Order: sequence, then C-alpha cells, then structure tokens
Amino acid sequence: MASYIAKRLLVIPLLLLVFSIVIFFLIQAPPGDFMTTYSAILAGSGSSMDNEQLNLMRVDYGLDKPMHIQYFRWMGKLLHGDMGLSLLYMLPNTKLIGDRIGLTVLLAFFSFILSWLIAIPAGIFSATHKNSIGDYFFTVINYIGVAIPNFFLALLLMWICYDLWGLNLVGLFSPKYEMAPWSWAKIGDLLSHIWLPSLILALGGSARLTRIMRANLLDELGKPYMITGRAKGMSEWALVMKYPVRLAINPLVSTIGNYIPQLFSGSLVVATVMNLQNIGPLLLQALSMQDMYLSGSILLVYCLLAIVGTILSDMLLVWVDPRIRME
Amino acid sequence: MTDQKPLLSVRDIKVYFNLDEGTVKSVDGVSFDAYEGQVLGIVGESGCGKSVTMKSILRIVEPPGKIMEGQVLLSKRDHPDEYLDLTSMNEKGKEIRAVRGGEIALIPQEPMAAFSPVHTIGNQIIEAIMLHCDVNKKEAREICIQSLKSVGMSMPEKRVDSYSWQLSGGLRQRAIIAMAIAGNPRLLIADEPTTAIDVTTQAQILKLLKDLQRERGMSILFITHDLGVIAQMAQYVVVMYLGRVMEKGPVDSIFHDPKHPYTQALLRSIPSAQKTTKIKLPTISGSIPHPFNKPKGCPFHPRCAYAIKGKCNVNLPSEYIVGDQQYVSCFRYEKSEVNIR
Repeated sequence: MASYIAKRLLVIPLLLLVFSIVIFFLIQAPPGDFMTTYSAILAGSGSSMDNEQLNLMRVDYGLDKPMHIQYFRWMGKLLHGDMGLSLLYMLPNTKLIGDRIGLTVLLAFFSFILSWLIAIPAGIFSATHKNSIGDYFFTVINYIGVAIPNFFLALLLMWICYDLWGLNLVGLFSPKYEMAPWSWAKIGDLLSHIWLPSLILALGGSARLTRIMRANLLDELGKPYMITGRAKGMSEWALVMKYPVRLAINPLVSTIGNYIPQLFSGSLVVATVMNLQNIGPLLLQALSMQDMYLSGSILLVYCLLAIVGTILSDMLLVWVDPRIRME
Repeated sequence: MTDQKPLLSVRDIKVYFNLDEGTVKSVDGVSFDAYEGQVLGIVGESGCGKSVTMKSILRIVEPPGKIMEGQVLLSKRDHPDEYLDLTSMNEKGKEIRAVRGGEIALIPQEPMAAFSPVHTIGNQIIEAIMLHCDVNKKEAREICIQSLKSVGMSMPEKRVDSYSWQLSGGLRQRAIIAMAIAGNPRLLIADEPTTAIDVTTQAQILKLLKDLQRERGMSILFITHDLGVIAQMAQYVVVMYLGRVMEKGPVDSIFHDPKHPYTQALLRSIPSAQKTTKIKLPTISGSIPHPFNKPKGCPFHPRCAYAIKGKCNVNLPSEYIVGDQQYVSCFRYEKSEVNIR
C-alpha cells in the first residue's frame, strides 16, 4: 500500500511538467499578448501609448523573446516556488492565488459533500422504488439539474432569495466582514453565504451521481446475495443498506477524480456571476486580459488539485473495496 | 411414516408472474409433505418451477411473482401438532423473518455470488447467528467458528476473516452451509447446491450434507435436475414438470417402478454404465413449451406417447394413488383411488 502511494506521488512532478507545457502553449495560442490587450483598453478609455513605449515594456517583461525561452524562464522561476508577476495587478501571482485558494478549495469541498448528500439518498430511493412516482420525480429533477447551466441557476436562485426573503446572497461575506480579519463571527458569516453557491454547484453534479447510484444499485439489487440475505431473515431495509448500497457506492468513489476538475470549471462562471472571491473570477480576468503568467499559474494549480484529488479518490477506493486492497 | 405428522406441508401452491406479455404460471398447484429427518428430493428440468416453489416456501418470491393460492404449513418447534401458516404471514414481517434462517434455512444456487464480496464470510455468518440467537458478538463469533469447523473447514479461526473470493469453490460452499446451519434450522432447503462445483468436491459436499442431516436430525429439501444425485441423497422424490407435480413417491418406487410417462421417459434418458451396446440415448421428443403458452390439460401431453386425445389435452388429471406413498397425476391410472387430503 505504502509503495503504491509513493509511486503515485512520484509521478506528480512528471505530470505537472507535461501539463505546464500544454498549458503554456495553449495560453499563447490566441493572437497578440498582454501589451496588445493593454493598449486596446487604454485606447478605449481615451488615453494611448505609443508603439515605442509598448515595445519597451515588452522587453521589460520578456514578451519579445521566442516562446520556448519564455517558457523556460517561467519554468525556472516555478522550480524556485515563484509563480512570477501578474502583469495586470503588478503583484506576485503566488500572493494572488494564495489569498483565494482556501476559499476555492472550501467551496469545492462543500459542493462535493452536498452533491453526495443529495445524490446517495435520492439514488437509493429511486432504485428501491423503481418506476414509482417518486422515482420519476427525482428523474425529472435530475434532468433539469443536468440541463440548466449552473450560472443561470445561480441567477435564478439569487433572484428568488432576494425577492422572497430579501436575502442578498452575492459574495461569500457580508460587507462588514469583507475586509475584517478572520474570527468566529467571520466564519459564521461565511457559512451563511457559502451554502447557496455550494448548492448550485452541487446540483449539476448530484444529478449525474444520482443516475449512476440508481443504475449501480439496480444492478446490485438483483444479485444472488440478496436472496441469501433475505433467506437469513434480515429485514429488507437492513439488507439493502448493508450490502447493495455499500457495493453500489464503490464505483461512485472512482468518479470523484473526474468530478473535481468539473467542480473547478463549473465554479468559474458561477463565482463570476455571484461575485465570489475565489480563483474563478481571477482566472477569467487573467485569460481575457492575456495575463499569461497568472492564468498559467492558476491552471497549473488546478491541475495539481485534480491530480491530488484523483490520488485521494483512488486511495479511498482501495480503502472501501477489499478486492482492490488485496491485489 | 404414514402416522407421522409432516414437518412442512405444501398444499396446492400456485405462484404466478404477471408480466406485460402475459401471465407465467411458474408453479401451478404443487403439493408435497416433508417429514422430520427426511431428505426430500425435488427433481425437474430447468424452468419447471423448482426454485420458485422453494422461494414461495420462504416467502421470498420476487415481484412480479405472487402466491395466488395454496398454503405452506410448518409445524411449531415446541408443539409439533400445531402448524404455522407461512402463506398468511406478512412477507416483510417479523414472524416470517424468524422462520427464515431460524426454522428453514437456504443453501442458495450460486455459491460464487451468494456472499457479498466486500464483507468477510465471518461478518455475514455472525449476522445470521445474531438474527436468531440471543448472543453477543463475541459469542456469535465463537458459534460461527464452531459452525465452520463442523462443515469441515480447516483453520476456521483464520478463515472466518477471509472474503468469499479468497476461498475455493468447495470451501465457499462449505461456508454457505455453515451459515445455513448456524441458526439451528429444522429444515434445510438446498437449491442445486452442487451444480456449480466439480465432481470430486460435489461428492464431498453431498456427504457433508448427509452427515449433518443425520447428526442434527434435520430435514433437507433437495432441489436438483440431477437424477443421480437424487438417487444418492433422497428418501422421497417429487418429480415436477412445468409447474406441476407429475409423480411423487419413495425413491425406490420412483427409480424402479416409475408410473408417470414423464418419469419413465426421464429415467430412460440417463446413460447407464452397465449397458455396453452403442445405441443412441433415448431422449424425450419435442421440447419444453414456452411458459406463456402452456398447453391446456396435462402439461406433458404434447410430448407424451400415451396421450389420449380429447382427454389429456382438455382436463387436468387428479392425483391417483398407485402404491405405498406413491402418487401420480396421469389419466392412465384413473381407475386407481384419488388422493384426497
């Protein structure tokens, strides 16, 4: 087991290296660079910068060098734990990302937990009451959950909350805690805000999970060990919860790895709509402004989180399924 | 045997499956008695309703299957003259759950899949024990180890914590038998317990079942399509075809003096080790009708050499007494006395 984990951990740097190359060249793919976008914005606001100045700045930032040289400079800094400077904010990327990473992971974690809390009971109900009205109800809800884009759901729910209860659920904090240092009151304030974006992000995922859970469980309910259990004298409920549900969750655990990147990319638009202070809006801005070092660093952090998430889900699977554990 | 009261009495039980395509009458009026300390064999081709009959006794017929008629009576442990009517019990109720595993235990058809692969066999056997005996977990574990030992499993203290897929087919079957006898039942239903294992192991398992039956004075309801196994195991045999009992009687009468044309044809089609002549093995002509369009009258008449037109294809024959404890459902014996109960 320990050697298995060690092996998986050793592959991480290699994966990151491959991802960093792909990310860097993808970000460079759109025509122009930060300076072109910058001058366009300046022109839009009435002021301007002449070409000479722009070219000077390009030399300053190293944007005039060939692409692979730029990559190696970025990589060289990364290896020293420095993610470079954001051209847009004129701040170190490490600080920009570091300030927001906590809330990003927290939001993803809450949505993840919520989606499982919704999906597993709903899936169990749907499978054990196959083709009943309740099953159809959840099916309809699921399809709606998959079909509605979550940013639209976010707008809808924000409007409903505001219209019905006068709740202003924009952002993750009330204005008075926004700049305040961390305290119990601030954590409470965070929890009172974070449930809505978590729920919105969870709904899309839980719809899929419910379908998977339902299908897995229906498979398991027909297995011969069910007859053994009934013939033992177990009550139907205890039987379903102990054996088939347990077995139906195993394949679900293996989907966690795929689910994590989905959570991050989903949170990008939702977070922008809801004005959440996580990495999402930062990435969107960095990409549209062609702030290449910032967007590259964020995407690399996403990759790292996804890799770690996949390893965690694989370890979880090993833990829950003795058949894998003993191989 | 005649004056002895049966342990289990199945009376004219009918189990129908209502499907979109029509009704499948899987079990269509089956009656038999099982006595204490007896091995009763139920034999028939696949699809004849053997397994559904077994499930209806335990009341674990899966929907859309439903018991339409009939009774399953089980004598009470303390008052053998009084009977529990299992068919009248609530399928999910406490009463029937106390019977399952506690009074009537099952050795299921597929030893491969009868255990959950993510729980140890000990966990699953201990669970069965705790459902029927008033013991704590530690005592249940002791009983479980004893039970594993009594089915001839070596190193039971170690094997109790293994998973079913770590055991060989024979050991797995032994573990299942250990689970079945752990609740100290009076009747064991063995549903084709040796179909999935090789012949050598099969012989060991059959011997084990016989020994256990003798030691514990249990009854066994042995379901199989293997006539050889039946001859070896059973004292009394019930022959089924398409959801009905064709013939039933003591094992010697069934094998040496079969009365029903179906039983006769079935026995003719067994290859014999003694016969040296290279003649083609006789088979029963035709094939089993589709369950949706079961023939009217006697279900066997389309394949029967003695079928009487206008009779066998119109009416169901009654059960006629043709010997000591031997009954047959065939119009060829209608001059004999009808078995009324």
